[in-house]
Amino acid sequence: MTQEQVEQVKNNPKYQELVSKRSAFAWMLSIIMLVIYYAFIMLIAFKPELLGMKTGEGVMTIGIPIGIAIIVISFVLTGIYARRANGEFDALSQQIKDELR
Amino acid sequence: MNRILWTALLLSAGLFAAGALEGEVAKQPLNVSAIVMFLLFVGGTLGITYWAAKRTKTAKDFYTAGGGITGFQNGMAIAGDYMSAASFLGISGLVYLAGFDGLIYSIGFLVGWPIILFLVSERLRNLGKYTFADVAAYRLKQTPIRTLAAFGSIATVILYLIAQMVGSGKLIQLLFGLPYEYAVILVGALMILYVTFGGMLATTWVQIIKAILLLSGATFMAVAVLSHYGFSPEALFAKAVEVHEKGEAIMAPGGLVSDPISAISLGIALMFGTAGLPHILMRFFTVADAKEARKSVFYATGFIGYFYILTFIIGFGAIVMVLNNPQYLDVAKQAIEGGSPIIGDKNMAAIHLSHAVGGNFFLGFISAVAFATILAVVSGLTLAGASAVSHDLYANVFNKNATEAQEMKISKISTIALGIVAIFLGIAFEEQNIAFVVGLAFAIAASANFPVLFLSMFWKKLTTRGATIGGSLGLATAVVLVVLGPIVWVDILGNAEAVFPYKYPALFSVTVAFVAIWFFSVTDKSQTAKDEIEAFDAQDIRSQTGIGAEGASAH
Repeated sequence: MTQEQVEQVKNNPKYQELVSKRSAFAWMLSIIMLVIYYAFIMLIAFKPELLGMKTGEGVMTIGIPIGIAIIVISFVLTGIYARRANGEFDALSQQIKDELR
Repeated sequence: MNRILWTALLLSAGLFAAGALEGEVAKQPLNVSAIVMFLLFVGGTLGITYWAAKRTKTAKDFYTAGGGITGFQNGMAIAGDYMSAASFLGISGLVYLAGFDGLIYSIGFLVGWPIILFLVSERLRNLGKYTFADVAAYRLKQTPIRTLAAFGSIATVILYLIAQMVGSGKLIQLLFGLPYEYAVILVGALMILYVTFGGMLATTWVQIIKAILLLSGATFMAVAVLSHYGFSPEALFAKAVEVHEKGEAIMAPGGLVSDPISAISLGIALMFGTAGLPHILMRFFTVADAKEARKSVFYATGFIGYFYILTFIIGFGAIVMVLNNPQYLDVAKQAIEGGSPIIGDKNMAAIHLSHAVGGNFFLGFISAVAFATILAVVSGLTLAGASAVSHDLYANVFNKNATEAQEMKISKISTIALGIVAIFLGIAFEEQNIAFVVGLAFAIAASANFPVLFLSMFWKKLTTRGATIGGSLGLATAVVLVVLGPIVWVDILGNAEAVFPYKYPALFSVTVAFVAIWFFSVTDKSQTAKDEIEAFDAQDIRSQTGIGAEGASAH
């Protein structure tokens, strides 16, 4: 890519839109994931008995559904990101590429 | 080539026959259904290797299967790389032993994936060609960055290989009644064949087939366990609490991750380590574009998450169906240690459970799948290690004018050399305590590979000096802290007290790497540093939009 093309893309409002929207989205999802995971780790480190609380009459504790939920949430978050990036963000990228020609 | 493959097949069959004759001295009797199913797998995968060999002509074919793998296939292959025998047998064994604590590990291994998707995967795909060093060295000086990345890759690969080879030897000894050395040599020989002839295409399909077999087998086991309890998890857990010596403690976090520093450090090692494993990062170059790369992670996360839920059920299944079952009791060990130890150790819990739910035939299936798992994982590792040697060191450091044919030749020689090294190390480490090697591999990946890769993509002011010094310091800190830590310093070297009190050094070594990279970059006022900073904008545009990115080859 020539320096001229670099400047052209950098000054393209669509490129600026793509970068700001995608980084905001990607960092937001990353932070959600990190907060969930480290909250879980902190509970294990400082308040393990909280995760050992019974959910009802039987032996089931809330730790188990919470653990399974973290696995499911991880998958759902990847789905949310892939869907938006493969649609909206890729369409923007394509427009930027087309305008460069 | 056809003849070579057939000779290899016959040779491996011969090895099995030879092992069978000596089977009496090993721990387990000859398992005919396991051997038949394993031979079917080997025959099928060698057939794939033959097919792939005809399609592997260029360096791009060898390293990335021509870039023509779909997102779904690649997701399956990534999941396959991740679902090693260690995680199948190890995590179900951990659940069997400690219940809930096993789930903590599973979650730690999984949560790195969403982060990889959000921050790493598409940039990696847009910037790289064959290895992650392509990305790290994109605008920096080739020689120092490639050397550091290759060193980090090879160290990670070799440590991982040791764990896999020793695991395979022991597992096969136990499952098939084959002597340890034979098993290690067999694994090494097959892996050399897959990789040298079939390259990434064969390695990917071997991984996909194994992932399907493993997921199907594990699903069957989990469903069989749940059906015993009328598909009521509560009934399964209640029975497990009743028979397990720890009682209700298995339903809550135990002592496995006790203090906050260890917990955070383990979390960092698992999360950043995953994003720095060369054989995983390489898979992102096998798909056509960023879109397929994203799909890969989506599917991979789904398969891996599903697999971990299955191992959790399988672990509890083993508590209720294997523990206290006289059939699986190690009588000799019980006489010495008391309690109710099972044959093998806790890592055999899933294998015994396969017998309990599906008899000899299904035991054979799961044993064959466990072996296939090791084969597939070591092939991926070897390919990544060989690529670091041929693409990063040879073609970009030692002989910058190398032709593609020369590079291909070096990649095949490195594959064979790595295979031989793996066999040798597998035999050398048979009687060693190897508990630290996977942890060390993750620590190096997290402290040397990941910080350099991540900052090269995200931080404009990164310079060659910062990356080289910081990455090396991260690597050194990780190694030194593991050696001074409780596993090596106390358990292996026999000292009374560890110099460094934590099992997982990542929190410290990753911090050292990031701080050193930052410091040595911002204080770098040289002209090359200015040029490197200036080159960031063009790199960033390519990483954000894919303009100029490597495409898939046409065939």
